[in-house]
Amino acid sequence: MKKLITALLLLCAYAFAESPQAVAIRNAKIVTVSGPVIGKGTVVVRNGLIEAVGENVPVPADAWVVDGEGLTVYPGLIDALSTVGIAGAAPAAATATAGRGGRGQTTTTTATPAVAAAPVERARGPEDRPSTTSWLIAADEIQAADRRIETVRSGGFTTAVTFPTRGIFAGQGSVIDLLSGEKSGEMVLVPSVGQYISLSRGGGGGGGGFGSGFPGALMGYISYVRQIYLDAAHYQLVKDAYAKDPRGMPRPEYDRALEGVLESKRILLPANRLVEIDRMLRFAAELKQPAILYGARESYRPEAAELLKKSGAPVLVSMRWPEAPRDANPEDVDSFRTLETRDKAASAPAVLKKAGVQFALYTDGLDQPREIQRAVKKAIDAGLSREDAIRALTLSPAEIYHVADRVGSIEKGKIGNLLVTRGEIFDDRTRVELIFVDGRKYTPATDTAAPGGRGPVTDDPGGNR
Amino acid sequence: MSKARFTKAWLAALIALAPLSAETIVIQNATIMTVSKGTIKGSVVLKDGKIADVGEKVMVPTGATVIDASGQYVIPGIIDCHSHIAADGGINEGSVSVSSMVDIRDVINPEDIAIYRALAGGVTTANILHGSANAIGGCTLPLKMRWGKDAQGMIFEGATPGIKFALGENPKRAGNPQGGRGATATVQARYPATRMGVEDTIREAFNEAKAYKADWDAYNANVARGEHPIPPRKDLKLDPLKEVLEGKRYVHAHCYRADEILMLIRVADDYGFKIRTFQHVLEGYKVAKEIAAHGAGASTFSDWWSYKVEAFDAIPYNAALMTKKGIVVSLNSDDAELMRHLNSEAGKAMKYGGMSETEALAMVTLNPAKQLGIDNRVGSIEVGKDGDLVIYDKFPLSDYAKVQKVLIDGMVYFDRDKEVSGRAAKAAEKQKLIEKEKQNQQRQQPQRRPTGQGGQAQ
Repeated sequence: MKKLITALLLLCAYAFAESPQAVAIRNAKIVTVSGPVIGKGTVVVRNGLIEAVGENVPVPADAWVVDGEGLTVYPGLIDALSTVGIAGAAPAAATATAGRGGRGQTTTTTATPAVAAAPVERARGPEDRPSTTSWLIAADEIQAADRRIETVRSGGFTTAVTFPTRGIFAGQGSVIDLLSGEKSGEMVLVPSVGQYISLSRGGGGGGGGFGSGFPGALMGYISYVRQIYLDAAHYQLVKDAYAKDPRGMPRPEYDRALEGVLESKRILLPANRLVEIDRMLRFAAELKQPAILYGARESYRPEAAELLKKSGAPVLVSMRWPEAPRDANPEDVDSFRTLETRDKAASAPAVLKKAGVQFALYTDGLDQPREIQRAVKKAIDAGLSREDAIRALTLSPAEIYHVADRVGSIEKGKIGNLLVTRGEIFDDRTRVELIFVDGRKYTPATDTAAPGGRGPVTDDPGGNR
Repeated sequence: MSKARFTKAWLAALIALAPLSAETIVIQNATIMTVSKGTIKGSVVLKDGKIADVGEKVMVPTGATVIDASGQYVIPGIIDCHSHIAADGGINEGSVSVSSMVDIRDVINPEDIAIYRALAGGVTTANILHGSANAIGGCTLPLKMRWGKDAQGMIFEGATPGIKFALGENPKRAGNPQGGRGATATVQARYPATRMGVEDTIREAFNEAKAYKADWDAYNANVARGEHPIPPRKDLKLDPLKEVLEGKRYVHAHCYRADEILMLIRVADDYGFKIRTFQHVLEGYKVAKEIAAHGAGASTFSDWWSYKVEAFDAIPYNAALMTKKGIVVSLNSDDAELMRHLNSEAGKAMKYGGMSETEALAMVTLNPAKQLGIDNRVGSIEVGKDGDLVIYDKFPLSDYAKVQKVLIDGMVYFDRDKEVSGRAAKAAEKQKLIEKEKQNQQRQQPQRRPTGQGGQAQ
């Protein structure tokens, strides 16, 4: 035992990531997520894949052995909506804030910092396709050296669905494994899983007033998205006709914005309030696009859960639970709805679970392990079982993005993404001991959990501020 | 209505107030101002959401809920022909001079509290207009103030949709490089900057729309001949203008000065479409004959003016003078607050211009209904029309009149007694949340040692 620990320590000191041929974690509690919890068992990972898991699994002779006494093994966590690895990207944040109730204009555009923002070209209208980079694929943009990869991984995340988030049609997200310092190509599980759509202006501008660029008002954004889909359908029609018989037909112009839209399997639409959830579900149906809603702040409301259930659309719930603004004027009293939302938002996962809605949690820019732990704890305190919380960060996002045959649970043949903790996950005092990504072992970075602080490379995500 | 619903939070309770299905209701012993058929003392019967009977003596159906309105007044639900409530994320797509591609329908916010407040002021239908930043603005539609329903449930089903136009200072202001509200250092000036430019913008848009319509007409003709051509590209900007040319969409034109009103009439005549209503139209009294000849309605303010240069040459007799020239005139709010007392706005038409009670009341009921093409459904108390009614405790055109109940589709959507008696519970509910949040915040804050400063001292 002592020898093992020493060996471990040595390993840690020796190299950041070790990738022995095979690793066996024995005598550990194993939370497989897809099956029953194994009280005391062994997981074997070989060549990046889970070779065996069970109570009586023999430890291969050539395997590095981790004594799992007092440790728990979970599938690596999956962040269902992230920007990790994308240079200069603001962490994903849904459009609308909880608002102050009252008058109609509760959808406020939050000012995101203009990190490496491309100069906004003034568009005359939708025909100029402003704020569209639908052809961008996250996998092509991954910066393997992004320090956020380590920060996020240290919180237990082995996988992220990362998206370009600038613009209205921001681009296509990719499922990536959070390896450090590797070639970005090695990290990619699925290069394109869907198009990220935003209905507010990130990085300055915005507002629905006089004279700013198109679109300015929410209805402008909606009309813009609608026009793009009409154009894409028409483009497809013309292209097909041309492919069938080009003779005597003018050549259709290549349009990369529409190509990007056409090749996207599904769309991610922002929806926080009940009204927005209703609006976006209808919009997705109108566009005939499979959709995932993100944000979902008011999905604690039974009406919202009911709508989501009826539609069958999965929903990504932001873990950035709304909080009272810090330096608010004490004379100001928020609307009942705003107060209620702050009180109940964290109960959304429990409500969705009960309603039978497919949902996953996403970090929404929270990347410090401590912040994430607190956020999940809040949902658990508000009625979500620990098992369901784990599922919402493992198997559920894997299912939503159709990668559950590879990640999301501890099963033979799946990718060797594991999280090893001392203590139960999401408890105050639990420590992440080891993380395996593609079978490569990582130890959590030290001192990432500065109390209440944010990572040094994190942009201010706006969000609820 | 079950008791359990009232135990919920107050907004939830309000939503629960929205009735689920129409029961048969009889309002008795009221002074009924029908608007179209005079004022009588009697009863109204509402059945299946519609007015089933109205008269001095009516048969009370068995099982009907009776509302005794002794000493009270019943009028048709108030209709506001110009409102900007109940829309999310901005009322102006101000970035472009022609924003016909946007539609209020996409951004209806049924939880805007202004809806409930308008309802409490007797409004049952409102024409939700796009703002006036553009020569040609966005698409619009009338909503019923069915507080508690979802966005789709608010839409006045079957009503002809509209589009906002705007003339004069607002659409040209954004184009003025010398300043004005819109032009700042960071915002580029936008064409047009003059009234001439506004006209040109509208003409250009309709030139495009005509060509677009021709493309589609040719396509449809080919299809009718059994061919299979590729359809033209659908253009969300030109589609609504094509509908205007086809008479399927009403034009509601924001305007002030007489010259620009005449300009728009000329443009409409040139392109073969109609202006459904002139909005604001403060100088309408100067060109009332021309407006009447075009067949347009006029939706104006009672006595609001001088808030900008183009609103200087206005008189409170505008509504009455235009009426006398044969124009259908309505009085609108253009404002969430004013919207709550349009009854007293109508009352002003009696003072300025000597309108009768009925004529004045028609300006916020039957006339806006006619302007919106929904007078077959609402605007007066007649058998067969929607059960949209307001009960006032006093003469409704008086400042002292208070709304007692508002019914839409034969269902009570606002009840003053319930609102007033429910306030304490709602306030308590809210206070509970505030206290809870405060406690949570205190618990999260690190414990601080008392600094001694006055702490222990008496």
